[in-house]
Amino acid sequence: MTAPMLEIRNLRTEFATDAGRVTVIDEVSFTLNRGQVLGLVGESGSGKSVTGFSIMGLIDPPGQVSGGQILFKGEDLRTLPEPRMRALRGNRIAMIFQDPAMTLNPVLRIDTQMIETILAHEKVSKTVARDRARDALGMVGIPSPEERLRAYPHQFSGGMRQRVAIAIALLHRPDLIIADEPTTALDVTIQAQILAVVQRLARDHGTGLIWITHDLSVIAGLADRVAVMYAGRIVEHGDVDTVIRTPRHPYTHGLIGSLPSRNPRGQHLKQITGTTPAIAALPQGCAFRPRCARATEACLAAPPVTQTEGRLLRCFHPVTEGEAA
Amino acid sequence: MTLWIFQRLLQAALVALAMAALLFLALQLIGSPVETLLPAEATHEERLRLIRDLGLDQPLHIQFLMFLKGMVQGNLGVSYVFKEPAVALILSRLPATLELALFAVLLSLIIGLPLGLIAGRRPHSLTAQTIMTGSILGFSLPIFWVGILLIMIFSVWLGWLPSSGRGQTVMVLGVGWSFLTWDGLRHLILPAFSLSLFNISMVTRLTESGVREAMSSEYVKFARAKGLAPRRILTVHVLKNVMIPVVTVVGLDIGTTIAFSVVTETIFAWPGMGKIIIDSIAALDRPVIVAYLMLVVLMFVLINLVVDILYRLLDPRIRLQGE
Ligand SMILES: Nc1ncnc2c1ncn2[C@@H]1O[C@H](COP(=O)(O)OP(=O)(O)O)[C@@H](O)[C@H]1O
Ligand code: SF4
Ligand SMILES: [Mg+2]
Repeated sequence: MTAPMLEIRNLRTEFATDAGRVTVIDEVSFTLNRGQVLGLVGESGSGKSVTGFSIMGLIDPPGQVSGGQILFKGEDLRTLPEPRMRALRGNRIAMIFQDPAMTLNPVLRIDTQMIETILAHEKVSKTVARDRARDALGMVGIPSPEERLRAYPHQFSGGMRQRVAIAIALLHRPDLIIADEPTTALDVTIQAQILAVVQRLARDHGTGLIWITHDLSVIAGLADRVAVMYAGRIVEHGDVDTVIRTPRHPYTHGLIGSLPSRNPRGQHLKQITGTTPAIAALPQGCAFRPRCARATEACLAAPPVTQTEGRLLRCFHPVTEGEAA
Repeated sequence: MTLWIFQRLLQAALVALAMAALLFLALQLIGSPVETLLPAEATHEERLRLIRDLGLDQPLHIQFLMFLKGMVQGNLGVSYVFKEPAVALILSRLPATLELALFAVLLSLIIGLPLGLIAGRRPHSLTAQTIMTGSILGFSLPIFWVGILLIMIFSVWLGWLPSSGRGQTVMVLGVGWSFLTWDGLRHLILPAFSLSLFNISMVTRLTESGVREAMSSEYVKFARAKGLAPRRILTVHVLKNVMIPVVTVVGLDIGTTIAFSVVTETIFAWPGMGKIIIDSIAALDRPVIVAYLMLVVLMFVLINLVVDILYRLLDPRIRLQGE
């Protein structure tokens, strides 16, 4: 067996704030193979984006990746000097952002923003780069790409802008794409189209995909594996069908229970009570304790990771198979 | 775009007309120039003839129309002091002032942009804090004081640069220019720098805040995620966005700079419009004052128009909305 394409081990990222150093993500571990899709799910503020940016090496001081390993094709990205890391970014590892209205530079034409991405990593002529940019636009389903190359971002709709961003991410056929809630800012029909485009392209190119979302229902049809994040830690991690069918962590259980499709018509949606705790003021022991119906004295200590049938879990009193979701 | 330019031209003409009316009104308030013009021993006949010659016997609205007519024809009377047509007199001094003002604006970009870029890229560094503190000084020091200080240091103590006049000039297009000779350039440096100090500070601060905002933007983060070199991100992605407000503000400020050059020209004995207007005010030389003010108004209006067009060219979002 060769090493997995991406292996994250005990990743920890901290920020310096007015209130002192805050550990935003901790003990984050997962692996991803070629062509695999990992869904990274959790409420807003749970540390999903920070995980993505940590892998990209884009955590700016006063923030810092302060622990763990990011093994990409066997090499720890944390030890790479910046020029080598930059050579990987946008080339072997690409990222798509949440809000397509903000990610493209408003005063530069699309061709400029695409061609520079190619020239940053390859010595080709501008004409060749331009042709490739045009083909990439066509590939993500943008009509009359030759003309659209000359347009500015504001001349595209939100969905089309996100397609442009995807085309840019795909320019170098990366081994890994980190998609940070790329459909959250779009309406539902566009969401489905974007989802289909990325899924097809990732499969065709054998690209590994980390799909970040706060919406579990998106993950169901897309991902192979799912990691559920809560307050900076992965609390449940396993095969997507297994986790969605039989969630064991009370938080995952609650998330799935609150999906509209799981609730009979005319009935109020079941919501998880309470709100996400501030990362700076996490409760002692299990971070989910104040919102957890199963909490006991034991939960005042931090729950260890347990592993059963390929599923990782961080809970003292997991939901058992017999209990109804 | 053409329709828009036409509308803007019409607006500009209206502004110029309004200013002319205001100016005419102000002249009425100052009172009749007859007393200044007549020698003390003038006879009653001489007085009446002068009043008729100046058109002051006509009703006000006719006087205003004559005033406008003169303006359109570029004829605003003859200077009482120099006995030359006032417009020609002002125009002959215009190149010196324009040269000074434009050089000052150029300096503000050459110095202010890099300072702002450096300060904005590392906002918390010592360099950045020094630059930003310095820019506050540049804002608050009075222009005449800076001028005198510069003369003291560079002309009197060090003896490096001359402190007055334009130096050697070269005739191009029938006008003399200082910046084309080494001697002229040396004469230009001190007045231009003291005139631009305010603009340097402004450009520095504008650039700094623009860079800070752009550096924390999503599009810069995306550019970094694409693997672009920091240099390209700063000089293309950031600078292009920062240039929009900088060009707008600096462009609009050219008019103010020309107005401020009155002080600078006086301190450095720079033979431009500013110097002549001060002399004319002292001598109550009405035609020259009127010609100066109208010319400054016209330039303001024109500069505004050009900046507006430039702004549209720089910012694609606005450019296309108008179509
Ligand atoms: N640059 C930063 N400085 C300080 N705290 C940050 C910074 N970026 C993110 N955080 C904190 O990290 C936590 C996780 O953020 P994020 O990863 O963006 O959440 P999400 O899961 O919604 O993507 C949040 O509490 C956020 O306030
Ligand atoms: S460890 Fe305790 S508090 Fe935390 S999720 Fe499990 S049962 Fe709830
Ligand atoms: Mg996020």
